[in-house]
Amino acid sequence: MNTRMNDVNRIGTAAIGCPVERSSTARCYRTAIRRGCLLLAMFAIFASLMFAQDLPTFRWENFTTANGLPDNHVYCVLVNGQRIWAGTDNGLGLYENGTWKVFRPADGLAHQAVLSLALDKHTGDLWVGTMGGLSRISAGRIDTYTQLNSGLSNDIVYGVAVQGDSVWTATAAGASRFNLRTGQWSLFNERNTPMFEIWNYAVSAAEDKVYLAVWGGGVLEFDQATEHWKDYNDPDGETEMVVMKDQGLIHEITTSVSYVDKILWVATYFGASRYDGRYWHNFLQKDSGLPSNFLSQVKGLDANRAWFSTDKGLAYYDGTNWAVYRPALDTHKPEMLVRDAQGNVKNIPVLSAPSHNYILGVDFQGDDLWVATAHGLSHGIRQKESVNLAKVFGSQEGKKPNEGATQ
Amino acid sequence: MPARADTRRDSRYGVFSRAKLDKLSSESPRSPQPTAPPTRFPRKLALLARFLSVVAVALLAIAAQPAPRQSAATPKQRYLSPLEMAITPDGRLLYVVCQDSDEVRVVEAASGKLVKSILVGHVPRAIALSAASRILFITNAWSDTVSVVDTTTLQVVRTLPTGFEPSGVIFDSRANALYVANRLSNDISVIDFKTGQETKRLLAGRGASYLSLSPDGKFIYCTHVYSNPGAFRSQPESEITVIDTATQTVVERKPLHNVAGAFHLTTSADGKLSVVAQLRPKNLIPLAHVEHGWVFGDSLSLFGSDVGGMVQIPLDELDRYYALPWGVAIAPDKSKLFLTTAGAQSVTVIDVRRLLQTVRTRRQPFVNDLSASADYVSSRIPVGHNPRGLALSPDGNRLYVANRLDDTISVIDTTSEKVISTLDLGGPKEVNALRRGERLFYTAEFAFQGGFGCSNCHIDATIDGLEWDLEPDGFGKDIVDNRSLENLAGTEPFKWNGGNPDMPTECGPRTEKYFFRSQSFNSQQLTDLVTFVYSLPYRPNRYRPPNDDLTPAQERGKAIFERTKSKQGAEIAETNQCGYCHSGPKYTNQRQFDIGSGKATDRSPIIDVPQLPNVAYSAPYLHDGSARSLEEIWTVFNPKETHGVTNDLTKDELNDLIEYLKTL
Repeated sequence: MNTRMNDVNRIGTAAIGCPVERSSTARCYRTAIRRGCLLLAMFAIFASLMFAQDLPTFRWENFTTANGLPDNHVYCVLVNGQRIWAGTDNGLGLYENGTWKVFRPADGLAHQAVLSLALDKHTGDLWVGTMGGLSRISAGRIDTYTQLNSGLSNDIVYGVAVQGDSVWTATAAGASRFNLRTGQWSLFNERNTPMFEIWNYAVSAAEDKVYLAVWGGGVLEFDQATEHWKDYNDPDGETEMVVMKDQGLIHEITTSVSYVDKILWVATYFGASRYDGRYWHNFLQKDSGLPSNFLSQVKGLDANRAWFSTDKGLAYYDGTNWAVYRPALDTHKPEMLVRDAQGNVKNIPVLSAPSHNYILGVDFQGDDLWVATAHGLSHGIRQKESVNLAKVFGSQEGKKPNEGATQ
Repeated sequence: MPARADTRRDSRYGVFSRAKLDKLSSESPRSPQPTAPPTRFPRKLALLARFLSVVAVALLAIAAQPAPRQSAATPKQRYLSPLEMAITPDGRLLYVVCQDSDEVRVVEAASGKLVKSILVGHVPRAIALSAASRILFITNAWSDTVSVVDTTTLQVVRTLPTGFEPSGVIFDSRANALYVANRLSNDISVIDFKTGQETKRLLAGRGASYLSLSPDGKFIYCTHVYSNPGAFRSQPESEITVIDTATQTVVERKPLHNVAGAFHLTTSADGKLSVVAQLRPKNLIPLAHVEHGWVFGDSLSLFGSDVGGMVQIPLDELDRYYALPWGVAIAPDKSKLFLTTAGAQSVTVIDVRRLLQTVRTRRQPFVNDLSASADYVSSRIPVGHNPRGLALSPDGNRLYVANRLDDTISVIDTTSEKVISTLDLGGPKEVNALRRGERLFYTAEFAFQGGFGCSNCHIDATIDGLEWDLEPDGFGKDIVDNRSLENLAGTEPFKWNGGNPDMPTECGPRTEKYFFRSQSFNSQQLTDLVTFVYSLPYRPNRYRPPNDDLTPAQERGKAIFERTKSKQGAEIAETNQCGYCHSGPKYTNQRQFDIGSGKATDRSPIIDVPQLPNVAYSAPYLHDGSARSLEEIWTVFNPKETHGVTNDLTKDELNDLIEYLKTL
């Protein structure tokens, strides 16, 4: 070992890193290129870290029943180009060209309480999970599937996702997979999966894996190739006490899953988790920028960035830093909190905020956000100005974690 | 027992109805059969004569009963059955889809001379020519494929998979994409022609069948032979599914109100007028009203800037119907519209200028005003049996009409509106019992004023998905679902209450009395018709795996179907086991039971056990069609477990049972 090290040392390198002895010209160039690429990559990482110091700001426009929203309690939101679909407690709203159109059971919708939405990007069809079944809206026609007229496992459809020819639903009695080409329904429950609770809250489907958030039962993973199931559970059991923070899923009571770039993001009522297939990383209010451990949804943007819907505001994580957008919990005035990797927290002055703290879901329209809350739907219009944390925390001594943040 | 009930009903209503019918029937100038005695006879004598004729016909019908075995043994010749056509841009060649011989015949349009016969898949149904005319596409309904033919070599060069029962086909040359309407999977396959891979499946309506490309290439329209599923006993609603070819997505569904079967659609060259051939059924009122008004309205839907919104227009006349409008074509100069009426053996010619004038003048819907057709119909041209596909020569001077049950093509001079020649495609010269029976099945000539025939409800010898109030027993009594006709031998008796012991009874006196209200079939005709009906085979079952190697779900369902004990271990009464009633090769024990599905409107809750093969294709279910899906048979209509023991099943077990039933 030492001999080899000495050899390396003896061979040495020139200024550009090219071996000066026993090297052919070609090898020299190859090595130079390789090292150049390495430098470029390092620069890119550095640049991205610098960029990551910028947290987005938004101007918020809010919708309530006063300006056309079918109901103020908005369970979910979905963006399809310029069409915004809002699932509310009393109907499905479609916002297009500045006006709202509402779908209710009289129009063929399965139920007025709309819990979940999914878009079939191939066909443009919208799948609507409700408290009374699953509806498909296709160019204005509404077809409804219930536990009575179809193979749907249960009429309470908390989550829905479309992947290829399959429509996955997370229901109050297990999960269903509807094959759009054959019409076959496959049900997944405690009899054929490691699902020891059947209350499925959310589903996220990709080509390789499908994940279910099972309320009280952790996370289930379905391998599309082998059709095998695997469960992920809180190593501490169902206790709310976190004994081993990053040893596994943060809690059994999961409410949302988001699988993107082969990274699984999980929301629970007791914190959030990120899983890369090998390692878990968990997020708690006490040691992250989450404003609350009570989460209704997580939506991954990519492997490193995600949006968290909590009962105390909307949180954004860029892989290092955090931002929270909400009306202040005490004064209800617009508030944006930022937190850097060191735990420094600062309240950024803003003029608008989402319509309510209790966030239930989010979707993206380019750089803009649409946010479902317990009292209204909010449109976050991305502003050119970002919050540069280097400037924010470089100009003053950082506060202690969460200091100044009203939690 | 049910037969006695029929007789009783006849004694209550039949005399009056028949007397009136006879009067009306004698006014019908086009009835091909001798008419009933005119009413100028003394009433008693007429009644006696009528009674004797009914008895005689009944005896003849019974005597004419062909045994199923005899029917099955009838050799089936390979008739051609030309269904659809495409014509080359120079008007020289016709490509003719021959449904029964599984081929495309290439013939010279001028002489009918056969250039080549190209073998394609099983039961070819539709054809499309690429914009440059270098490629032909033929859907093979029973192979679930599209044959791709090189028009230079006239050979099949590729075969592409599709959905269930591919029908209409369109090639979008600009996007190099193939669109196929799948009748049984109710969707439209979008196939990347370069790779041959199906890239997406678009939701269509029920019975997606015919596709048409708008002249500007921006939209594809899809029509449907069945109406969309709706609430029980609601007005049928169909749609025109509109696909944007740029995004390859469905962007609109134009509603077709009160339409049960929509067939071909075409658009004028200027893109301003689109026309759909369609059937409007009156299935919500008793068929007793055959003589009071139409049972089916043969009509067109129009849309486009020439007419504004969707407009429906009648094709029939006050005392004559032109059944089963099917193929449509518009002259290049938009002067005339041509339409095959498949049940009336004719082509209807409409003057487009007068049609548009009528539409613009009449502000209220007038599709039920049968006098309106006189304003725009310029002629009715008799052609061959069961005319279907149309092709116009590029100059618009010649119209070619595929006479499906003659193996010929009528050539019509579009100026004189006369048939100038008939091209013989070269099918068998002998017209055997099967073909004679098929002609009877598809014609409307036997019904009062030519209103409808068997194939009005049994579209392409299948179903129509509707519930009917067939008999004159009062409004809303004995509602019945339309049953499948596939492979019926060995499933007797017929009718939902099992009241007709055999097919001659089903197709003979019953049809005369309660359906057609006009001429009955003579004994030979009845034999032929029954022979044809018995010859209808099963369509391919798409749910049964190759070699009957059932999937795990289907295996589990089979075990439930065959079980003798409930999950709690209790014995299931033999008569309440699935396999008791649904036994034998056709999954029926040919008996009648009360399974608790009777409604207050039913005279008796006892119904015939239906056969189950291909049950997946024949929604809705139960005798009256009240179960809109297989699931509802048990989730809604079996609360007391009178139709099998199912309340101990979990939802996934019920799904397994249904997966198994679909394989039968």
